[in-house]
Amino acid sequence: MDELITMTAAELSAAMGAGKVSAAEVTTAHLDRIAAVDSQVRAFLHVAGDEALAQAREVDRKRAAGEPLGPLAGIPVAVKDLFTAVDMPTTCGSRILEGWRPPYESTITRRLRDGGAVLIGKTNMDEFAMGSSTENSGYGCSRNPWDLARVPGGSSGGSAAAVASYQAPLALGTDTGGSIRQPAALCGIVGTKPTYGGSSRYGVVAFASSLDTPGPFGRNVLDTALLHEAMSGHDPMDSTSIDAPVPPVVEAARHGDVSGMRIGVVSEFSGDGYQPGVMARFTEAVELLESLGAKVTEISCPHFKYALPAYYLIAPSEVSSNLARFDGMRYGLRVGTGSAEEVMAQTREAGFGAEAKRRIMLGTYALSSGYYDAYYGKAQQVRTLIIADFDAAFGQVDVLVSPVTPTTAFPIGERADDPIAMYLADLCTIPADLAGNAAISLPCGLADEDHMPVGLQVMAPTLADDRLYRVAAAVEAAFADRWGHPLLNEAKGLNA
Amino acid sequence: MSVATVSYEDALQRYEPVFGLETHVELGTRTKMFCGCVQAFGAEPNSHTCPVCLGLPGSLPVVNRLAIEYAIRIGLALNAAIASWCRFARKNYFYPDMPKNFQISQYDEPLCTDGYLDVLVGGRTVRVGIERVHLEEDTGKSLHIGGATGRIQGAEYSLVDYNRAGIPLVEIVTKPVPGTGYGAPEVAKAYVTELRDMLRTLDVSDVRMEEGSLRCDVNTSLSVRGSGVWGTRTETKNVNSLRSVERAVRSEIERQAAVLDAGDRVIQETRHFHEDSGVTTSGRSKEEAQDYRYFPEPDLVPVAPPPEWVAEIQASLPELPSARRARLLAAWSLSDLEFEALRNAGALDVVEETVAAGASPADARKWWLGELARRANDSGVDVSELPITPEAVARVAELVASGSLNDQLARQVIDGVLEGEGTPDEVVAAHGLAVVSDDSALLAAIDEAIAANPDVAARIRDGKVQAAGVLVGAVMKATRGKADAARVRELIMQRLAS
Repeated sequence: MDELITMTAAELSAAMGAGKVSAAEVTTAHLDRIAAVDSQVRAFLHVAGDEALAQAREVDRKRAAGEPLGPLAGIPVAVKDLFTAVDMPTTCGSRILEGWRPPYESTITRRLRDGGAVLIGKTNMDEFAMGSSTENSGYGCSRNPWDLARVPGGSSGGSAAAVASYQAPLALGTDTGGSIRQPAALCGIVGTKPTYGGSSRYGVVAFASSLDTPGPFGRNVLDTALLHEAMSGHDPMDSTSIDAPVPPVVEAARHGDVSGMRIGVVSEFSGDGYQPGVMARFTEAVELLESLGAKVTEISCPHFKYALPAYYLIAPSEVSSNLARFDGMRYGLRVGTGSAEEVMAQTREAGFGAEAKRRIMLGTYALSSGYYDAYYGKAQQVRTLIIADFDAAFGQVDVLVSPVTPTTAFPIGERADDPIAMYLADLCTIPADLAGNAAISLPCGLADEDHMPVGLQVMAPTLADDRLYRVAAAVEAAFADRWGHPLLNEAKGLNA
Repeated sequence: MSVATVSYEDALQRYEPVFGLETHVELGTRTKMFCGCVQAFGAEPNSHTCPVCLGLPGSLPVVNRLAIEYAIRIGLALNAAIASWCRFARKNYFYPDMPKNFQISQYDEPLCTDGYLDVLVGGRTVRVGIERVHLEEDTGKSLHIGGATGRIQGAEYSLVDYNRAGIPLVEIVTKPVPGTGYGAPEVAKAYVTELRDMLRTLDVSDVRMEEGSLRCDVNTSLSVRGSGVWGTRTETKNVNSLRSVERAVRSEIERQAAVLDAGDRVIQETRHFHEDSGVTTSGRSKEEAQDYRYFPEPDLVPVAPPPEWVAEIQASLPELPSARRARLLAAWSLSDLEFEALRNAGALDVVEETVAAGASPADARKWWLGELARRANDSGVDVSELPITPEAVARVAELVASGSLNDQLARQVIDGVLEGEGTPDEVVAAHGLAVVSDDSALLAAIDEAIAANPDVAARIRDGKVQAAGVLVGAVMKATRGKADAARVRELIMQRLAS
């Protein structure tokens, strides 16, 4: 493999800064990698080769002219196809938006471009971010670089697969119920769900507005923090964006340390349904934290067991409204003739996949007159109780830890016809989405049964995103010492 | 279903009407409710749009602070309570002129609740209760091409203009108004009139019903007299002029009375008012009514106006029409009916400014409601649009009061001012318009008139003093109206008595 594609973003940045390599060379190396492997991984829905090279050359020109550049200048970033970007199509993984070219740019991609990052393409995802495997994409399933017969997780599966297969050092995702953390865990990379409102949703096509949180993927903790910091911050275009300084995540990632830290193990996240290999790696990670000087206790969050059902009322309710605008009237797919109502119905019938329709129906029902209080209203009450659980827990400990997901990556097709089994993939990640606090997923080894990666989840209070990186950096460094190399080096075949 | 018609008078014999109004007001903020697009009535279709008001995927709303302020201003003027915390809600339904297929509105947490508006009608005051005032965004505007009715049914195709989409709307909902009896249509109209004047005074909207910046839905029901039980209500849409408000209530009372007389039930439904025929026709019935699936708008944070801000807005409210009415009734010793006449003529401001410029209230009213109202009517403009200032009218009144002008001369002065010849004093000077007060000049004219009308003079000498009018007229003609007619009469009598 070309050395440029295996370097971290931080290393590439240093090399470009020292004049050892140009941004154009870095971008070209990644475009070559995409050309070589993406027919197998199928991480990308759109590769913006010419545009990316133009952006890279512009960075080189600025660097030569001594103009100011951001920390991610010249670094290729893969973008989940949920972010609008004016020089690429935006499909959201749905046939209903096939070919749509947004006339405006998302705040996050705008910020990244302004800092010189090179947007290399759009990545595959479950349709409108609803799914845990990318099997719900209208454009086919992406593959797990560790085993092409398995799913990469979802919904940001394309982004995770792209980073894990060295097609990009960094990628953008969104996390609504676990859509960054779960694919990060399944692909053996790092992914963060920032505090809700810490990263702008403007130009990020909505799935469930009160939960959607854009966040970063990287192959290591520092890279992830670099993207986290670059994409974050208050945006006046998003009313739910928090007007507060970005937590010092890069600083924390450079100074991993858990000595004296109080760490709580969520007692609800174990037992039936958890793959033994996942629990074994998780237990080792907790022991590792203890050995590094953390004070580990078990913490019960009694309402977490209601998080999944509450989520499957709140998220579909919001999505039933958010997806109403896709009606064939103004943009995207239009099917049929006749009255406006007939065209709307036929367009939606043809354009949406089964899972989107299932959730629209669920949400429409949950919000209906006479059912609202029993479903949506009750779920919101549960949400309040989950926030209270977190508040109580963070009164006792600094961070909480759990497995990211109960199992490793499953074979493509295994859960495709069983939505409930698919939903269980998000069991451990949903509470942080409902409460809005920050959480990270990082590799903690391979499961013995299938030699697939296992993720460790660390959860921190709202706006304490830096704590995630302090813990994650310490864990990463300790595992690197133990393993002698990054976990991803153990991936066979494609990455050899 | 065809039913026998019932006259309005007949209907009122047996039924007591109850009505309520939902009024939508487009706020006159420079930009839209949730984006930075500038409001522009009549602009090139779809020229004032952006990703937000077009509801493009990924776009997000941001609340226009001025719209909140305007809504609070309206709430305070309506004596309503301002919520210390409230939320927007999504009202979900599919329609091509709604970019997102939901409307951002307010549902169970409106910004203002529980107020009232005092309405002057026929010389008495009716207090109309206000249920709520809430904020929402307007929809786009559909143009249906190819059908007979201009409605979507039967149209070949439709065009949509999203310039209007996202314009801030305030919806003002009254409580049911019972007990107005025969006068119900008139009270309904008077309420909208009073509300319109109040909104204009608040400077929150241009309140042009003909441009749709103020639109009414009228709810009407009938109660069998003496039963104490309110009947089923209908909601009449598309009521877009003050006159239509009155006609719509009246027409629904007659229609519902006929339905009830025939032993049928009034169906709870939406009805459409037709300006041309003055009748309503059936729209959507409650059975087909939409379930709007309201839920709190997750893209917006709650609105929590700080009490200091609300107090600041309260303190900055201008004098409201009701307060002004009370003040002017006392200061000018007017009856309610006289006040209504002034208000209905649109002459309140100019009369008040004329009084401020020194005229007596009686004189100011006399000129503006008399001569000037006539001129305005002749030229088809509002009295306030005439090219004459209140200061000029006050000056004319002053010249009359001091005896320099008589009414006839004053009208000539006004003519001159209206024709742009300058100030009243300039017109007087240019035309030499002044009462001739020199008796010797008058006496010459009087003698001429007596000489020319010896028979009239003889009759006056015989005691038929009313005949003097002929001589006065002749003298006035000879002096081209510049004489003081009373003085002329006095001099004639002296002349013929001697």
